[in-house]
Amino acid sequence: MSFRPIPPGVFPPMDLPSYGSTHKRHPDQAPVRIPHTLTETSAPRFTSSAYPEHLDMSRHNGREAMGERIIIAGRVTDEDGRPQPGVMLEVWQANAAGRYQLDRDQHDAPLDPNFSGQARVFTDADGNWSITTIRPGAYPWRNHHNAWRPVHVHFGLHGAGFAQRLVTQMYFPGDPLLALDPIYQGVPEGARERLVAKFDLDVTRPEYALGYRFDMVLRGRLATPMENPA
Amino acid sequence: MITASQTSGPFWHLIDFPEWADLLRAGGPNDGVAGSRITLTGTVTDGDGAVCPDAMIEIWQAGPDGAYEAGFHGFGRCATDAQGRFRFATLKPGPVPGPGNSLQAPHITLAIFARGLMHHLTTRAYFAGEALNETDPILALVPEGRRGTLIAREASPGHWNLDIRLQGDHETVFLDI
Ligand SMILES: [Fe+3]
Repeated sequence: MSFRPIPPGVFPPMDLPSYGSTHKRHPDQAPVRIPHTLTETSAPRFTSSAYPEHLDMSRHNGREAMGERIIIAGRVTDEDGRPQPGVMLEVWQANAAGRYQLDRDQHDAPLDPNFSGQARVFTDADGNWSITTIRPGAYPWRNHHNAWRPVHVHFGLHGAGFAQRLVTQMYFPGDPLLALDPIYQGVPEGARERLVAKFDLDVTRPEYALGYRFDMVLRGRLATPMENPA
Repeated sequence: MITASQTSGPFWHLIDFPEWADLLRAGGPNDGVAGSRITLTGTVTDGDGAVCPDAMIEIWQAGPDGAYEAGFHGFGRCATDAQGRFRFATLKPGPVPGPGNSLQAPHITLAIFARGLMHHLTTRAYFAGEALNETDPILALVPEGRRGTLIAREASPGHWNLDIRLQGDHETVFLDI
C-alpha cells in the first residue's frame, strides 16, 4: 500500500541560503514524482538478532561516560496515530563536551573514551522505545561567524516502507541556540517545535537520571494504492 | 503531522558499519545465497563538480528472484571515501512487479545522505542493456534526455558504475517518493 505524500509546510527546503553546505548540494531540478511500487512500500527487515540493540550510551565497556546522564523515551506512530512496531532507530550524538568520536571533528574539546555516541533501539508492539545517554554538548560548526549547533541528538528511523525512511534531530527545551540555528530554523514554524523534546517527570528515574520525551510521526498509508503519480 | 527531516550532518552522517557495504559478507544475512555477483560503484559530486567525501549511501533492492526480503536481505550502507566514491558488493536484482500488471526492470534504489542535504535524496540505478528498461513504468516518467542519469554502465564484467551529481550539468534525476 502506498504512503501518503509528504504534506507541504513540514520539511525544510533543500536550498537553505542560511546553511552554506546546501548551496552546492541541493538539486536544481524538481524531483520526479513516481507512484509507489513494491520498491517504495517494502523495507529492509531489521531484527534485534541480526542488528543487536544498544540501549545505553552512558556507559562503554563497563565504564561510565562523563556528563549528565539522561533518559530519552518516545513513541513512533504514523499520521493516523497508529503505533509503529518494529521500527529500528539509530541514534548518534556528540559527547558531553560537544565532540564527536570522528576524525573529521577537530573541535578543541576532550574526547571521552567511555562514550561511543551511538545507540540502536527497536520500537515495541505499541511503538514505544527508550534509551539512556549523556546530555550532549553544543559544538561550533563554522557555518557563519560564531556558529554553534544547539544541543541535539540525531535519529534515523527505518519504518515499514522505504518511503518512510527518516533522519531527523532532537533538540532540548529552553536552548538559547535554537533561535540562531539555520538547520533548526529551516524547518517551517509549526513543524520545528515538534523537534524539541519535552522534559518528562514520568520518564525521569529517581536518584538516577532526568527524562525527556520525544515522539516521532512517520508517513501514514493511503487507503487505496496510488496508481498514478499525483 | 509527520516529523520533519533534518540533515544527517553537519559532522556525523549516520553510523558507519563498513561491513554493511558488502551484502554478501561471510556470516552476513545473504551468505551463500545464489545469484549473479555484482559490484555497484559511483562517485558523488556537487554543483561545482567537487567530490563529496562525507556522504552516506544506502541501497535497497530485491533479490535475484525479484522479491523483497524473501531469502535476500537487500539493504546496504556505504560511506563515500576521500574521493567521493562508494562501493557495494551485492547480487543483481531480478525484475520487480510494478503498478497494475507491469514489470519493473531490475533496479537498485539509492538514498543519499550528507551534510547540506536537509532531506535524503532518492534515486535508482538501472542496468544498461536490460530489455525491460524500454518498458519500465518508472523510467517512462523521467524525461528521456535525463534518463541516462539512472542507468548504470558496466565498466567491466560484473562491475556497474553510476555517478551521482547532486546539482548542475547532468544532474542526477532524483525521485519524489
Ligand atoms: Fe550533530
